[in-house]
Amino acid sequence: MNTELTGVIFTYLLTLAIAIPLGRYIAKVFKGEKTWLDFLAPLDRFIFRFSGIDTKREMNWKQHLLALLTINSVWLIYAFVCLMAQGHLPLNPDANPGQSADTAFNTAISFLVNCNLQHYSGESGATYFTQHFVFMFLHFVSAATGIAALVVAFRAMKDKVTDKLGNFWEYFVKSITRVLLPISFVIAVIFAFNGITTSYAGKDTFISMQGDTVHVSRGPVAPLVAIKHLGTNGGGWFGANSAHPIENPNYLTNTVELVAQCIIPIALVFALGFYLNKKKFSYVIFGVMTLGMLMLLIPTMNAELHGNPAIAKMGISQPTGAMEGKEVRFGPANSAYWSIMTTIISTGSVNSMHDSAMPVSGTMMMLGMMINCFYGGCGVGFLNFYIFIIVAVFISGLMVGRTPEFLGRKIEAREMKIASLIALLHPFIILVGLAISSYVAVNVAGADWVVKPSAWLNNPGTHGFSEMLYEYTSSAANNGSGFEGLGDGNIFWNYTTGIVMILGRFLPIIGPLAIAGLLANKKYIPESAGTLKSDTSTFGLMIFAVIVIIAALSFFPSLALGPIAEHFSLK
Amino acid sequence: MKTYLLPSIKLTLILIVLTAGIYPLAIAGIGKFTPGKGDGETVTYKGRVVGYANIGQKFTKDEYFWGRPSAVDYNAAGSGGSNKGPSNPDYLKQVEGRIDDFMKHNPGVTRSQIPAELVTASGSGLDPDLSPAGAKVQVARVAKVRGLSVDAVNKLVDEQTEGPWLGLFGPAKVNVLKLNVALDGLKK
Repeated sequence: MNTELTGVIFTYLLTLAIAIPLGRYIAKVFKGEKTWLDFLAPLDRFIFRFSGIDTKREMNWKQHLLALLTINSVWLIYAFVCLMAQGHLPLNPDANPGQSADTAFNTAISFLVNCNLQHYSGESGATYFTQHFVFMFLHFVSAATGIAALVVAFRAMKDKVTDKLGNFWEYFVKSITRVLLPISFVIAVIFAFNGITTSYAGKDTFISMQGDTVHVSRGPVAPLVAIKHLGTNGGGWFGANSAHPIENPNYLTNTVELVAQCIIPIALVFALGFYLNKKKFSYVIFGVMTLGMLMLLIPTMNAELHGNPAIAKMGISQPTGAMEGKEVRFGPANSAYWSIMTTIISTGSVNSMHDSAMPVSGTMMMLGMMINCFYGGCGVGFLNFYIFIIVAVFISGLMVGRTPEFLGRKIEAREMKIASLIALLHPFIILVGLAISSYVAVNVAGADWVVKPSAWLNNPGTHGFSEMLYEYTSSAANNGSGFEGLGDGNIFWNYTTGIVMILGRFLPIIGPLAIAGLLANKKYIPESAGTLKSDTSTFGLMIFAVIVIIAALSFFPSLALGPIAEHFSLK
Repeated sequence: MKTYLLPSIKLTLILIVLTAGIYPLAIAGIGKFTPGKGDGETVTYKGRVVGYANIGQKFTKDEYFWGRPSAVDYNAAGSGGSNKGPSNPDYLKQVEGRIDDFMKHNPGVTRSQIPAELVTASGSGLDPDLSPAGAKVQVARVAKVRGLSVDAVNKLVDEQTEGPWLGLFGPAKVNVLKLNVALDGLKK
């Protein structure tokens, strides 16, 4: 077998080898059991004392959400102000200017919601101050927000009838001090020794072999790249993200970055099993997610390894596969794997340019984000999956003519209403955005914006349509990758995607937490012969069918107009 | 909301110090002990810094091995790919042009010998590498311009080829800058 494929298989196996024990560890942390990082307890206590937080005060689901939304609002304002003012703030060796109001609006939301859509380029649109004190800070806290929200849901799924679901601040702070920060530290050290820069020195200049004067952007990149992946954020230091040779210099760093972005989402699935003592249930969920992942990955690998048929027709050999937008040191096989992992997991970092990928790959990447729960983002991936579980339970209940129950609780009209709204929200915000942008591109083509609507699309025809579809899909899924040819650095894209991102973040957190909180208050019905078992492969298939019907099919028409049409036109 | 506002602000402050202050400073401290001292590893030739090992640079002269086409013209103060879709007619015309240009500078090479990376732009625009085949196909030209034997240049490419990671994973590659530095060293 060739080394490109062995590299991909090795990376996935390494991911599992780390994620499973990590899941057990995370379950222990949130159960309050002893772990080997307990020597950090004084740090936690100091943070709580400084902030005036009493972690013994338990919260109900509404209080959890209130705490979550309050602190997120604080970050939003903080980020917005810093980005506008960055030109006057310290740590700006390259003398980059502040962001415009619309760019700052988009960027602040983007990093707050763990999306990391970037309508600026890191080399010129951010300073070392904002890279660290806004972006890297938000990388940590947005990931921790997702994990903390998920832990609330875990807690609610226990069989005790209660509205006391622990303390949000405790879950949130421990996500950082016990999970994100220690692992990021280890990863950043590996990066530092493999050529990712760490010093605060500004741009360098040298004269090349041929006598050209070249300026090189750099900076303290390693710590940011570590948490950018671990927290499934994806917002890179440089414009080219992890395709950039400083941000991702070799195959080793590439493997570490790939593993880092997958371990927490996968670990959290196993953590559920350890936390609730329902290991079989988490195997079923993991199985469904992995099946989905493979169904997206295999066509993508196939398309990329075969290369671009239009280039093959010119007589050029593509021994490794399609190379446009890809780096030699990773190769098409690995880039294909990355592009699927980064889209299903809501990281959105890239090591190749998705805009130049084959149409089949583009379809699979977009499907990954449209479904958004095959592993999914830090914490929120499972919360999205939870919605599909609820819908699947309800439909199976109707099919066999029983009151639908999940983990000993009746699912009734109120829960179903919330679940349906959340499930439909995702296609709604994507397709409405797409409709508006398509209208504007055609009918307001000459509008006097930074990039005129007539010049938005970097590619004609179906591929141009795909660029817009991808942008809204990525925003709604809080993914952050893009078909970057799209001229998105203007007022229209900044505001519309900003709104889509914020809706796509908080409603899918509020919905599942509300359902979980409501269910936790209901009477617990012990398992009987008539109970629908949630830990069987039959139920797994049921969930899978629900995902395919709700998520995938609602997008089929728009995919048909974009990448699918392009595929059939490409010969 | 009020109950949560003050703790939110204080918690934000202390976490900023921890995650954006202490954490990166610690990494920067450790970075001082790495090969490039955290500033990035440079390549020197005759006592002069001629580039960064990881960052590709423009080679257009026939006497040097060329790197890949770049959407940002190897300007390392920025980065990015072409973002051209695979079916874009303008893009395909551009690729056609690159093929013609390459064949003009490398007479005797057939189209099927040209690997795709030599006529397609990289993702970063700063790709420092070629596949071994991408270097080998240029050997005849470089040897002729420099008056070296084809065997000697081939041998140099082999020496500069880095195999897959651990011999098992990922593609083999040749760093174009290091190859060209070694080539200049050969001339003397």
